Amino acid sequence: MLLSREWLSEFVGTADVSTKDYCDRMTDTGSKVEGFETLSDDIKNVVVCRILSIEQHPDADKLVVCQIDDGEDEPRQIVTGAKNMKVGDYVPVAKAPAELPGGVKIKNGKLRGVESRGMFCSIAELGLTLHEMPYAIEDGLLILNDDPDLKDRLVPGQDITETLLMKTDVVDFEITPNRPDCLSVIGLARETAASYGSVLSVPEPKVEKGTGDIRDYLKVTISTPKCPRYTARVVKNVKIAPSPLWLRMRLRAMGVRAINNIVDITNYVMLEYGQPMHSFDYKCLSGAAIDVHESVEGEKFISLDSQEHTLKAGTVVIADSEKPVALAGIMGGENSEITDSTETVVFESANFDGAAIRIASHALGMRTEASGRFEKNLDPENTLPAVQRACQLVQLLGAGEVVGGDDETGIEDVYPKSWVQTVLPLEPDVINRFLGTDIEPEYMEKALTLLGMEIKDGMVYVPSWREDVKTMNDLAEDIIRIKGYNTIEATDFKARVRPGSYTPHQAYRLRLCDILTSLGYSEIYTFSFISPRFYDRIGMAADDCRRESVKIRNPLGEDTSVMRTTLLPSMMEVLERNNSMHSHGAWLFEIANVYIPTPDADKLPDEHLSLSLGAFGDGADFYSMKGAVETILADAGIKDAVYKAVKDDPTFHGGRCADVLTAKGEYLGRFGEIAPDVAKGYGFDDQTRVYAGTVEIMKILGMAKFAREFSPLPKYPSIDRDFALICDADIESGTIIADIKAAGGKLVEDVKLFDVYKGLQLPTGKISLAYTVTLRAPDRTLTAEEAEEISAKIVGALEKKGIFIRK
Amino acid sequence: MAMKEKLEEIRQAAQKQLEAASDESSLEQLRVSLLGKKSELSQVLRGMGQLSADERPKIGALANDIRSSIESAIASRRAEIEKQLSAAKLAAERIDVTMPGTAHRRGSRHPLGQIEHEMAEIFRSMGFDIVDGPEVEYDYYNFQALNIPENHPARDTQDTFYITDNILLRSQTSGVQVHTMETTKPPIRVVAPGRVYRSDAVDATHSPCFHQMEGLVIDKDITMGDLRGILLLFAQKMFGESTRVRFRPHHFPFTEPSAELDISCFVCGGEGCRVCKGEGWIEILGCGMVHPNVLTMSGIDPKEYTGFAFGIGIERVAMIKYGIDDMRLCYENDVRFLREFA
Repeated sequence: MLLSREWLSEFVGTADVSTKDYCDRMTDTGSKVEGFETLSDDIKNVVVCRILSIEQHPDADKLVVCQIDDGEDEPRQIVTGAKNMKVGDYVPVAKAPAELPGGVKIKNGKLRGVESRGMFCSIAELGLTLHEMPYAIEDGLLILNDDPDLKDRLVPGQDITETLLMKTDVVDFEITPNRPDCLSVIGLARETAASYGSVLSVPEPKVEKGTGDIRDYLKVTISTPKCPRYTARVVKNVKIAPSPLWLRMRLRAMGVRAINNIVDITNYVMLEYGQPMHSFDYKCLSGAAIDVHESVEGEKFISLDSQEHTLKAGTVVIADSEKPVALAGIMGGENSEITDSTETVVFESANFDGAAIRIASHALGMRTEASGRFEKNLDPENTLPAVQRACQLVQLLGAGEVVGGDDETGIEDVYPKSWVQTVLPLEPDVINRFLGTDIEPEYMEKALTLLGMEIKDGMVYVPSWREDVKTMNDLAEDIIRIKGYNTIEATDFKARVRPGSYTPHQAYRLRLCDILTSLGYSEIYTFSFISPRFYDRIGMAADDCRRESVKIRNPLGEDTSVMRTTLLPSMMEVLERNNSMHSHGAWLFEIANVYIPTPDADKLPDEHLSLSLGAFGDGADFYSMKGAVETILADAGIKDAVYKAVKDDPTFHGGRCADVLTAKGEYLGRFGEIAPDVAKGYGFDDQTRVYAGTVEIMKILGMAKFAREFSPLPKYPSIDRDFALICDADIESGTIIADIKAAGGKLVEDVKLFDVYKGLQLPTGKISLAYTVTLRAPDRTLTAEEAEEISAKIVGALEKKGIFIRK
Repeated sequence: MAMKEKLEEIRQAAQKQLEAASDESSLEQLRVSLLGKKSELSQVLRGMGQLSADERPKIGALANDIRSSIESAIASRRAEIEKQLSAAKLAAERIDVTMPGTAHRRGSRHPLGQIEHEMAEIFRSMGFDIVDGPEVEYDYYNFQALNIPENHPARDTQDTFYITDNILLRSQTSGVQVHTMETTKPPIRVVAPGRVYRSDAVDATHSPCFHQMEGLVIDKDITMGDLRGILLLFAQKMFGESTRVRFRPHHFPFTEPSAELDISCFVCGGEGCRVCKGEGWIEILGCGMVHPNVLTMSGIDPKEYTGFAFGIGIERVAMIKYGIDDMRLCYENDVRFLREFA
């Protein structure tokens, strides 16, 4: 919301405050300022001048030499190529040295040998358009005396920004949706007055008695609860013309283009009072009637920007006896627009239900200045002053004759259910206890009064424009923002001593971060939403159930359109990016939620933390990643996990992928080397092997035992026996360990693989695996004979499976 | 007295020879030649019988004295040689201590993870529980229960991703307030870190997926001064003990009064610099006193209890604290970037 300080000064005096200080103070009292600028501050040394003579340039056909009166003792000489001026005209002249918008500098110079001490200006050179200067032409000098508002008050030498009322400080406020009253000069004037403790003066608009009777022109009815009030007045014998300079320049300062007097008046009133208005061409209304009602489904409407709309049922429309003429609170219709031939105008000043306007504006994809205001629920008490102000301006501008009525008002005002005033008790003790302050009750009353509240017998009567004030909290806020939020002292509340704690899964996440960083993996953060194509990129089968993802109805783009069911695709994207940046390698992990849809679309998806691992380079291989998984399981006290080869997951290398399962076979994760064709799809060359996997950390947490218990150190020595075995090359080491443990019985404490040999000295298709078997009895020192006996059992059992001691 | 002189000669000759011995083996040879059976000293002692009974004890004592002095001289010379040998060995074993140490490759936590953890730990140290809530959330918890009814213009300030009419990606962690109040009786003291989503295109300061930490305190007699107190403590722990805070009035539908909180710039201390864009203050969070409607909807009597809430952008804190100038870096996960935070 832009605010012209010049306009503001009409209602409250703050002339002695610099705009910078004004902005700081307003921000402190709750009207946040985004910034400010001084309009036309970039125009320097441009003044009004009167042309005294025009003579042909001696050496140039297209140039003339003018003598001008610029308010100084001696005439000034200006050479120009312009044609649209005559002797006696008043024009703006940039007196060298001068500055114009856009950093243009004007210096003394010679044009074809004749001295020119400056330059005449066009509207564009002053940063103006035909909207502000409707009497000017675009490709010629601005002839000031062509403007009837300027004609009689032009003084040579006067600064042009002063003459044209161009210079004002404009403050840009960020108005929050709870304060639509502040989307107006008067609303901000009220806040200003409260902020400075100064007097606010908003005169009640006075309209001279009109001619004729509105009942001969218009009958308004309301047929929907979505329109709490509809106020209208009629103006006849309208003379469509440009608005006066002061009005055009005020609109300019607030960022609105001047069009013509009637349209300008509605915009002016909207900016001043915060009440959007609309004007209809009366001759386009059939049946001398206006009815506010809800549209039927599929009704067609052409708005004044010539767009055709198909309305949904329930859209509030303003209609004459035959057809809709406006989308209530959004935009008027092409069929009733004001034109140069308009003779009679109906001013609408209405109030609509905010939610209804918001729904319609969203459905139609039309957000207008009016709808943006109405959807915040405007003050129904404001329609009358606003329409009166419009009629007052009509009379002031001589834009037409306001139609009267028998009760001397001539106002058609339908207001079925009056506004109910909010009344709250003022409880200074409660407020001080709530804020932690010690503000005098008198101060509270004063602050609230400045904000337009009435206080009687300890009760606060909240004005109609402050529908946001409903509770003690709201009063406390209004008081403390005027007093100053920073007068609140920091205090320490009393609370029972209690240690804070994490949820189990947050705590586990932190624990995993420690483990994984210590193992060389770095944490990554990626978006929770991905493209469905990402599932293709990891080679996921077409019928894989993980493709069933929660879909975002209004995604930013396809790349972020579904909630991921696995962290793997995001990990692969990050590995790809790092590889493409010529990184030597990357070991990465992410702990984040995955989102598994539930069959019932009205239920939330199952959302739980998962872990992804990804690595290439820096010595990454299957076993380094397996080591990380083993460390996680060991930390969780899970000792009997099983690793099972996975041959048929298209994401992974068929010979280098494993599932990790509990002893009971419950799935805990899958990891391995990424299939070469998948890796290639991510831009990896065939020299680079990529490893990745996901781990169901919430399942691990569910079965984890983090508590540690002391077991006594062994009292008796152990005996190690080494077995170098020859077996089939496709054997799984895990099965041999299981066989050794089964054959060796209780006295086998540990079995460790310590060597793997494949080579020429072995028969083809064979591999040599060497194990150290540790034997120990808890209650005695094992004898060599016992150890031999167990060894023999192990060898015997292995031989039955075709595994022999390597000779 | 020839014998006495002879002995003195032996002593002096031995001294010289020992000084010349330079290694263990020559020292051993010397020991044999000086003290062995064939040594001069032994021969002298063997000739003792020829001496008078009067002279014998004197010469005997002298001979023994010489013998033990040679023995101790050998021992000290041996110690000297060993010391020299060991020094030479150490000198030969010199290494270049300026060569790099063995690379123990440790991974790093993501800067956002580190900041989130640091913030959580500050609040945990003040007795706050760390809680969380769903990211895919019902409209009710994200908006309605936070005093933002359907078709309320405040919804425009947060462009929201929807899954269905009633289910959305939470646009703020504030919904966790409601979950907490529904399940926990006051006193309540929690923070809830987590992911939130808004339909903002990616640029240097925006991301459609980012992180917040919500805070909520509900108890009897909680004041706005207490809110300021907690946030001041947080700011001082996070940004330095000399940090000051200031409130600016603001509006959030679920708090009343509402405020934005600025901290004094931790780089310039409030003088104005590049980090604070010359303001001396940096905006870091939104906060306020929990709106009575929110308390009521969550089953807490606003006449009995009051409370405050705040929401901190984790990306914002990380960017300020680490001086990260582009939020996109946080989601690109370039290892060179990640290692800067190791």
